[in-house]
Amino acid sequence: MASIKLENVYKNFGKIPALKNLNIEIYNGEFFVLLGPTGAGKTTTLRIISGLEQPDRGKIFFDKDIMNDVQPAFRDTSYVFQQFSLYPHYSVYDNLAFPLRSPLRKEKKEVIDKKVTEIAKLLKIDNKLKNKATQLSGGEMQRVSLGRALVRNPNIYLMDEPLSSLDAKLREELRIELKKIQKDLNATILYVTHDHVEATTMADRIGVLKDGVLSQIGTPEEIYDNPNSIYVANRLGSPKINIFDLGKTKIPSKNKATHAGIRPEDISITNKGHYDVYIETVELLGAETVISFKSDNINGMILTQTSDTFEEGKKIKIALNNKKMLYFDNNGMRI
Amino acid sequence: MVDTSRSPTESSGFSRKLAALIIIIYAVVTLIPITWIILTGFKSVTSSITYPPEVFFEPSLEGYVNLFTTRTRQSQEYLEALPPPETWYEELVRSREMVIAGPSKFFGRYANSLIIGFGATFLSVFLGALAAYAFSRFKIPLKDDLMFFILSTRMFPPIAVAVPIFIMYRKIGLGDTHLGMIILYTVVNLSLAVWLLKGFMDEIPREYEEAAMIDGYTRMGAFFKIVLPQATTGIAATAIFCMIFSWNEYAFAVLLTQFNAQTAPPFIPTIIGEGGQDWSAIGAGTTLFLIPVMIFTVVLRKHLLRGITFGAVRK
Amino acid sequence: MSEIKLENLEKSFDDFVAVEKSDLTIQDNEFFVLLGPSGCGKTTTLRMIAGLELPTSGKILLDNEDVTFLRASQRDIAFVFQLFALYPHMNVKKNLAFPLKMQGFKKSEINKRIEEVSELLRIQHLLNSKVSSLSGGDRQRVALGRAIVRRPKAFLMDEPLGTLDAEFRELMCLELRKLHNDIKATTVYVTHDQLEAMSMGDRIAVMNKGKIIQFGTPKDIYLKPKTKFVGSFIGSPAMNFIPIHHPVEKNQNKIVINGENYDIPQSFGGTNSPTNYLGIRPEKMFLTDKKGIPGIVFGSEYLGARKILTIKSEFGNFKVRVSNQVNARIGSNVKINFEPKSAIVFDGTTDKAIESRYIKLN
Repeated sequence: MASIKLENVYKNFGKIPALKNLNIEIYNGEFFVLLGPTGAGKTTTLRIISGLEQPDRGKIFFDKDIMNDVQPAFRDTSYVFQQFSLYPHYSVYDNLAFPLRSPLRKEKKEVIDKKVTEIAKLLKIDNKLKNKATQLSGGEMQRVSLGRALVRNPNIYLMDEPLSSLDAKLREELRIELKKIQKDLNATILYVTHDHVEATTMADRIGVLKDGVLSQIGTPEEIYDNPNSIYVANRLGSPKINIFDLGKTKIPSKNKATHAGIRPEDISITNKGHYDVYIETVELLGAETVISFKSDNINGMILTQTSDTFEEGKKIKIALNNKKMLYFDNNGMRI
Repeated sequence: MVDTSRSPTESSGFSRKLAALIIIIYAVVTLIPITWIILTGFKSVTSSITYPPEVFFEPSLEGYVNLFTTRTRQSQEYLEALPPPETWYEELVRSREMVIAGPSKFFGRYANSLIIGFGATFLSVFLGALAAYAFSRFKIPLKDDLMFFILSTRMFPPIAVAVPIFIMYRKIGLGDTHLGMIILYTVVNLSLAVWLLKGFMDEIPREYEEAAMIDGYTRMGAFFKIVLPQATTGIAATAIFCMIFSWNEYAFAVLLTQFNAQTAPPFIPTIIGEGGQDWSAIGAGTTLFLIPVMIFTVVLRKHLLRGITFGAVRK
Repeated sequence: MSEIKLENLEKSFDDFVAVEKSDLTIQDNEFFVLLGPSGCGKTTTLRMIAGLELPTSGKILLDNEDVTFLRASQRDIAFVFQLFALYPHMNVKKNLAFPLKMQGFKKSEINKRIEEVSELLRIQHLLNSKVSSLSGGDRQRVALGRAIVRRPKAFLMDEPLGTLDAEFRELMCLELRKLHNDIKATTVYVTHDQLEAMSMGDRIAVMNKGKIIQFGTPKDIYLKPKTKFVGSFIGSPAMNFIPIHHPVEKNQNKIVINGENYDIPQSFGGTNSPTNYLGIRPEKMFLTDKKGIPGIVFGSEYLGARKILTIKSEFGNFKVRVSNQVNARIGSNVKINFEPKSAIVFDGTTDKAIESRYIKLN
């Protein structure tokens, strides 16, 4: 394992800039998640680290070594792709053994056998080793493609939304397993996703990307509680943070702020509330209820844990927790 | 009562039966000539030329014997002086008042067809796959123009350049050689092979090779280990087209080959018996000629069908 | 708008029974969700309502009219398919006009309706755009628009949000619900995603293996699952199940786990099964210093407003929902207990919930 550093990396595709002056350091043994919507440059970053793409400018370091001119095969990274999982013409065993049989490694049969069985046990696919890749369920396929990455001990594991095609239950399960495996192996992982739940649940640190620029880096808690912009605040949390235009509401401004943001869990329904609103929709999510409210000058969402029943269309009073209020200027940056 | 066993969006049993019937009739009509050729191969020489044609006849292997042998007519006295025939085909020949003079050239021509047909097919598919991969994956200057140029080689009938090729081949010593014919057929097939295979390779996700390259393989290694097996369907389809062309090609074969490298198509119609074409021998030759390409197609057809249901790509 | 009634509806494909005899009434103006894992028969049920599949036996009534054997086009029902089934060669306006033209509406009426619908869905500015240039969310809105422009008796939707990514799906859920509040059309919505079902449905029918297991309001289904399957299918994370190694008697209000007594709601029924399960929602479990089931923190997932802990114990893995203030290091030893009021005992042999002071089944 190694630490990975990108220094002043630029990348354009034709005239479209994909990455603009990207600086990231991923520490050895860290689970780093790059979070951003489609087109933010997440996948490009992975491809530049793996060597599948060359940066236009900037340097890539693995520990102290510059890797810019090193071929993908010699960078010794593992890559789990988003849109493909397995070689369909091979069995599960052969898929897992594939990286070990490469001309670079040419491991002995016994070594391959040992490693493949080990990884298969870890991922609970040891009873499927003889199956063709096409005879697996979606979850099993994804386990095998994770296995094919984990069977080696590379400088870094690069993962491009590996869980996005799985159903919710399976995703939940694999999230925890992946985090556990990473801790056990003390592995360096760069994981790319647009799903904020994956980011906050697994990451040691999160980097939020916007249009090829890194907006903020920090632990999940730092980014959730202290976002540096409206953009970052919007990326984490479900339901999303409420952003109010201060010109249109009664909320007092501070330091020339034009917008204020507050998380849905920091709004409460109480008779002492300052705002009269009515309930537009009620979503009962089991342990929690999401209420969207509306009035002439304020609308947003509330997340509440109470099991009271709420009626659509009913009038209520709400209170905002001022201590949790975040203020932003007219560029959407935090004040 | 309404039939509830099928979905209302599916066609009804009647229209499915009608469709099947139409297909069967079509198949029968198209198969009549082939059936007639195969039957002719099993007729005696006399019954092959009777008019009106015999649909029911006594089967005979005379056509096959005539195909593989050359014979000379002998007088009754000569035949009576000979020791009795040792084999069934000698007996058959003597009953026509002839003796076997030696083997015919059919076997050699047949072998030529096999060598040239399979050689050209292999070479077309192999070179075509390499070129198609390059066109599919790399940034090549003037890529679209090059692709169009490759296609344009098929925009005139190949026979239009027969004379220049004939002269060129004679000058460089490729006339009437296996190598010359393999090269010629490969050149004609290659544009089709490149276009077909490029289409198939475009469909294979790049991530497959990229994963292999990250896993420590060279691009060549990834091509042979990952891309080629994935392109089985395309390779099978391309190979069938190339094989059918090289196997059946007649015009160039007549022009460029005489002895060493002559293939079966120009040879079979020249089989002449006494008093004109020996139709039963031609029928026999044509039947044998059909077999390899049919086996080839049937074997590869499995891959064609398999390719459709294959693939562990999630999208 | 209308009421849809299924009577004894059954569908089998050769030997395979896709939908077992089911009765169901979908009320007028209701947003009704058919929820279940893949292959449970929910899509087949929907296709029968639409007329794309004919039932093996039983009846379908639309506003008390028997439509069982009517063609799909004669039922006045709109079907929104899983994928964006828009015509790619037409612009948005033509896509919206298409179903109306097919029914022979006048041009002025078509324009009026398109205007109405595009305002409702906020797609007025897109009317002249090509479908291929639209974003995923806009396409879905146009697809919805094409369904509502006909003003059908009912909407049938087969996982219309299945292809969207998480962020968009959340947004579209809310949009759909708002749309429903506006036009109040009877809607039957099929999904395998329990979160979609919970957040949108007025009522939910949970299906498994061709059978409707339970139907009721989201709250009922969440809090009072009739079977272990429903408990584990609804909720994220799913309900926790603690094995109890003794039978449960009528009026019992204590059970034994790990040699210690725990309170449960007084049970009205009982079971002789030697192993049964106690079902508890993750938010009703908590970490404690006192009496509790010992375990080790296996995973800790930070989710902003809350945290989900995965605790490994000798009785299996448990999910505990805690506030984001709780600090539990991975690998540390903890004890977990639960709020007795909402615990449900499931019969180990039948998987059915046992009636108690907390849960009354009908």
